[in-house]
Amino acid sequence: VSGDVAVVGLGIHPFGRHEGVSALQMAAFAARRALDDAGIRWEDVDFAAGGSDAGGNADTSVAQLGLTGLPFINVRNGCATGGSALTTAHAMLTSGAAEVALVVGFDKHPPGAFNPLPEEWGIGSWYGETGLMLTTQFFAMKIQRYMAEHGISESTLAKVAAKAFANGARNPNAWRRRPLSEHEVLGSKMLNHPLRQYMFCSPGEGAVAVVLARGDRAKRARAPVYLRSVAFRTRRFGSFEVFSPSIPVDSAPSPTTEAAAAAFEQAGIGPEDVDVAQVQDTESGAEVMHLAETGLCRHGEQEALIQSGATEISGRLPVNTDGGCLANGEPIGASGLRQVHEVVLQLRGEAGDRQVPGRRRVGFTQVYGAPGVSACAVLSV
Amino acid sequence: MLDQRDFTPVAEGLIAGTAAEPRLIGSACRACGTVTFPRQASCPRCTSENTEERLLGRRGTLWTWTIQCFPPKSPPYAVPPGEDFEPYGVGYVELPGEVRVEARLTVSDPERLRIGMPMELTLVAAPGDAGTVTFAFRPVEEEAGS
Repeated sequence: VSGDVAVVGLGIHPFGRHEGVSALQMAAFAARRALDDAGIRWEDVDFAAGGSDAGGNADTSVAQLGLTGLPFINVRNGCATGGSALTTAHAMLTSGAAEVALVVGFDKHPPGAFNPLPEEWGIGSWYGETGLMLTTQFFAMKIQRYMAEHGISESTLAKVAAKAFANGARNPNAWRRRPLSEHEVLGSKMLNHPLRQYMFCSPGEGAVAVVLARGDRAKRARAPVYLRSVAFRTRRFGSFEVFSPSIPVDSAPSPTTEAAAAAFEQAGIGPEDVDVAQVQDTESGAEVMHLAETGLCRHGEQEALIQSGATEISGRLPVNTDGGCLANGEPIGASGLRQVHEVVLQLRGEAGDRQVPGRRRVGFTQVYGAPGVSACAVLSV
Repeated sequence: MLDQRDFTPVAEGLIAGTAAEPRLIGSACRACGTVTFPRQASCPRCTSENTEERLLGRRGTLWTWTIQCFPPKSPPYAVPPGEDFEPYGVGYVELPGEVRVEARLTVSDPERLRIGMPMELTLVAAPGDAGTVTFAFRPVEEEAGS
């Protein structure tokens, strides 16, 4: 039964830059923290899934954690790696194939924008050679169109970034901990119109692990937060996605739209019930668009929502309370699980300086990756 | 058509026609009519493997755009780091009834770009490789004024 699986342990290696520490070492660190938090030993875990994009093979972390013979599936699914690993572990638990699972995501990227190679994405090398193979261009062109269609202002893009850095300042594990005003964000260098430097996240380093358990193992936990659903989708024909030399004239819903709808349906919980949400904010525009794609608001409603402060920690719908990708950076394999980590902390009431006030019963996470994958999860106490 | 070509493209199978009237080489699905660029042997909409080459229309409207203000990493970009970098425009141009094609734009001034403006296919020097060209779109007004 899917309502039977809970997150019972959380571990995180601080995000940022950590010279001399390998991605796999960060993964093992996060895993040990998660096991400690769950009050269990590595030998108690009977399934593991995890991954990174550039940090190595997740299963080799057993060399540091212990060689217990458990099945360990490696996932490499772009920015949705953490969500994919979570989906895999959730399926193993709900099917009865495992009782206690560890899910780990980690990464370590050099500074600067990513430089994916066209050949690895099924595109001719000309696409990269002529300067079209940049994720930042896609994000800019998607929000450019969206702003024109739905009346989103540059001020709103800047407010999303300012909120992220304000929240990051309250998060000891965040990378960017200096608050930046809307004015400072709007004064930063233009990178890809309409997106400026401080509206983008940066590739970084970090690791997150969560322990999942089902049945009695979940019930007996100190503070179980139930994983009510997790849904994973890839793009359909017509969805506007990164690294697309062409797109059809007729549009289709995004993978996020479909994954979110499936996650809410499976959970029997609606977007209107969500008390705290984490959505993929690789740049300011992504947070704006994902808010509507997930169903947390209507298209165009973000302008009023964000301008009024509703998505701040003290607002009606707190979003990316840990500072999101903007303040934490983007270690590709770790970001999806960072979202889960934050939502569980918030629902437990253990989020410290950034704890959302008031009701905290339902949380939601959404991670998105190239070339059009999305994983969404609904969690509740 | 290909034998009339008076330019060297950045890659084969992308551009046909002449420098004065270049055409993009796409494909159309014989089963459902879906148009793709570049050409591909199977249809992303209906999964049919029955597609045919199709030269795409040269005119359309700007669907979205951005300006690339920083030098892309090389590889994959053809120009090594450290060389002079000039910002360039990138956009998707909707070819009516066919497909939206991503391309460089001849314009890099944001004040001169707006969604919906008419655009036309042209050729520009390919980055880094003297003598080869790639495809780009230019505002139709630009042509009228030149």
